[in-house]
Amino acid sequence: MENEQNSGAVESPKSTPEKPTPAPVAKEAEKRHFILTSSPHVKTPARVPLIMWLVITTLLPTVGFSVYNFGVRPLIVIVTAILSAMVAEEFVNLIRHRKMTIGDGSAALTGLLLALTLPPSLPLSMVVIGAAFAIIVGKQIFGGLGYNIFNPALLGRAFLQTSFPIAMTTWTIPRTIDAITTATPLGSFKFEKILTPYIELFIGKVGGCIGETSALALLIGGLILALMRIINWRIPLSYLGTVVIFSGILWLIDPAQYPDPIFHLFSGGLMLGAFFMATDMVTSPVTNVGAWIFGIGAGILLVIIRQFGGLPEGVMYSILLMNGLVPLINRYTRPQYFGEVKK
Amino acid sequence: MKLKTFKKGVHPAEYKQLSENKIIEQLPLPGEVYIPLQQHIGAACVPIVEKGMEVKTGQLIGKSGGFVSSTVHASITGKIKAIEKMPHPLGINTLMIQIVGDGRDECENSLNSIPDWENLSAAQINEIVLNAGIVGMGGAAFPTQVKLSPPKNKTIDTFILNGCECEPYLTADHRLMVEHTEGVVLGVRILMKALGVNRAVIGIESNKPDAIALMTKATEKYWGIIVQPLEVKYPQGAEKMLIDAVLKRKVPAGGLPMDIGVVVNNVGTAFAVAEAITKRKPLIERVVTVTGPGIREPKNVLARIGTPFQNLIEFCGGLTDDAVKVLMGGPMMGVAQTTLSVPVVKATSGIVCLTEKMISKVQEYPCIKCGACIRACPMNLIPTKLARLSQFEKWDEANQYGIANCIECGSCAFVCPAAIPLVHHIRVGKIRVAEVRRKQTDTHN
Repeated sequence: MENEQNSGAVESPKSTPEKPTPAPVAKEAEKRHFILTSSPHVKTPARVPLIMWLVITTLLPTVGFSVYNFGVRPLIVIVTAILSAMVAEEFVNLIRHRKMTIGDGSAALTGLLLALTLPPSLPLSMVVIGAAFAIIVGKQIFGGLGYNIFNPALLGRAFLQTSFPIAMTTWTIPRTIDAITTATPLGSFKFEKILTPYIELFIGKVGGCIGETSALALLIGGLILALMRIINWRIPLSYLGTVVIFSGILWLIDPAQYPDPIFHLFSGGLMLGAFFMATDMVTSPVTNVGAWIFGIGAGILLVIIRQFGGLPEGVMYSILLMNGLVPLINRYTRPQYFGEVKK
Repeated sequence: MKLKTFKKGVHPAEYKQLSENKIIEQLPLPGEVYIPLQQHIGAACVPIVEKGMEVKTGQLIGKSGGFVSSTVHASITGKIKAIEKMPHPLGINTLMIQIVGDGRDECENSLNSIPDWENLSAAQINEIVLNAGIVGMGGAAFPTQVKLSPPKNKTIDTFILNGCECEPYLTADHRLMVEHTEGVVLGVRILMKALGVNRAVIGIESNKPDAIALMTKATEKYWGIIVQPLEVKYPQGAEKMLIDAVLKRKVPAGGLPMDIGVVVNNVGTAFAVAEAITKRKPLIERVVTVTGPGIREPKNVLARIGTPFQNLIEFCGGLTDDAVKVLMGGPMMGVAQTTLSVPVVKATSGIVCLTEKMISKVQEYPCIKCGACIRACPMNLIPTKLARLSQFEKWDEANQYGIANCIECGSCAFVCPAAIPLVHHIRVGKIRVAEVRRKQTDTHN
């Protein structure tokens, strides 16, 4: 029927309506064609691109702070990562004969998130490789938006970390233009037992990745997303809460060996991870119970990696590991449906 | 005070103002009517008339075809022109009796005097309800006499009158409660007697303050009947959601309200019962809300069963030039029509006409697992998972995830940010899962 247009909703499944017999109606039936789709016939407008661009917008304070902190170099990394991600996405669409998808904003968001986890001085060729890996292996190989298991940006970062370990751990001193090596607060503590003052940690005038230094800027964006219900607040709350409790217990046991919970909270990529990575809808559980489990699991893993692992930072692996458990979490947290009788 | 309601659900724009203050108008007698023999859930009626016969208004023309069945009556006086398959508003062609009117509207009156209803027994009320062809008029069209005769092992303690009318646009029940308050309340009392209960709750969404006020006043003098205002939320009028909101009881999955001691009837049904009992008037007409931005003059119309949609639409000024969709029922659960020749049936609560602007082509995106559908589903299902399982034909798993419990209310598809036709996929899955289950039980026996 030529008047069908709605994407998936074709004929009513109850019965395939036969071609209506010519109307034997009293008055001349109007010769109109009506659209035939199944219910519901009203819906809120599609918001997938809106969600993506909104998340990008809430990351702008973080981007702004990185420029303030490290100069113009982070901006170059960010733009490179976003453009590479979008090109990679369209490249896959081209070879798979698919429609353009960069308009939905998800590739741009992956590029931006990846850039925020990179050191500001990282050579641009590596940025391009990381972004392409994130999109092609992290997302498109699984079938594109919505089908990937792991957070593409974090997967891209993990790839870079493994491939270029030195470049990925060369940190710029804040407020300088030259790439002079310094340490991140987590590194200083892990290897030299030096605690960075809280206020510097919170505002972010420290060394580190482009988008992870300022807890304040990340909190602004993250809270906006949580209030708008774009992200499930249970994930950052349970993730951060678990880190505070678990690291607090360790700190109480031995304050000399383990840093206090506040230091854990505002150092490294935890804020970025908790509000913008762990909350990625595609790679986090769909149920609320699942969200709690996901956050708590990631929190425990993070503290274990930071305190007992060889690496100073564990946000990336804690989230990636939990991503892998999401299908299982979803399966075991199926809510009881209305009136369900337990067998 | 926070109003009672159920968990989850959605808030679609209501658009009730188009017709909520329009007095019910009688539609002029149609020249022809098409009366389907299947207007209810259950077995189709068996025609007892033949082509060429003269019938009077209210005359029985189709008798009950089984235990779960009903009766149908001539809604105008005239001659039977045909008994054949014609388009039904549910999208199928079914057997219908076509009557050409002769302009007179002679009633069949078999009774000279009608006894006072208070002297009738429950069984007598049931019989009258069956003979009047009354079925659930909220949309599901379940034969009313079946609801009124629960098996002996089920004790019914509460009757609930469904005055929620939670679908956007529809105002037929609202107008009935406002204009025929006494009739509706009488219907409630008769139904209470038929069920042998002394408690009735009338659930009305708080967006109908006039109906709440009038119904409260009319029920004040009757012990045991209370009016319960409810929060405006879709699907408040779904039977299971309404019972949960009013009584905090949950109908078990796969069960019926009678399993937890409740029977629910719609306002239109209660009014039809009152008319049948006190006037011996069979169900030959009903209030239909003809509305939507695609209708020039939205109205609440009292139309004879079997009247073509075309007549009602013309009575309401016709379709606007940009009308592209005509629904039987509301926009959340209504059925889209391909032709206006389909007749008004007992479950036609409204004819809603939507315009091009509202049905703008929507691009479908992949599911991003945002969980919006899960937060909306009043049945606490996982719509995205069910739709996916249905698309991949995983019937066993779909069954485990409770696909059979979907009430097809449309809340999930309404909120989906990726514009996925979730209900469509789930509906297909439901049918296939039911088939598979039937086959399994067949082979086991």
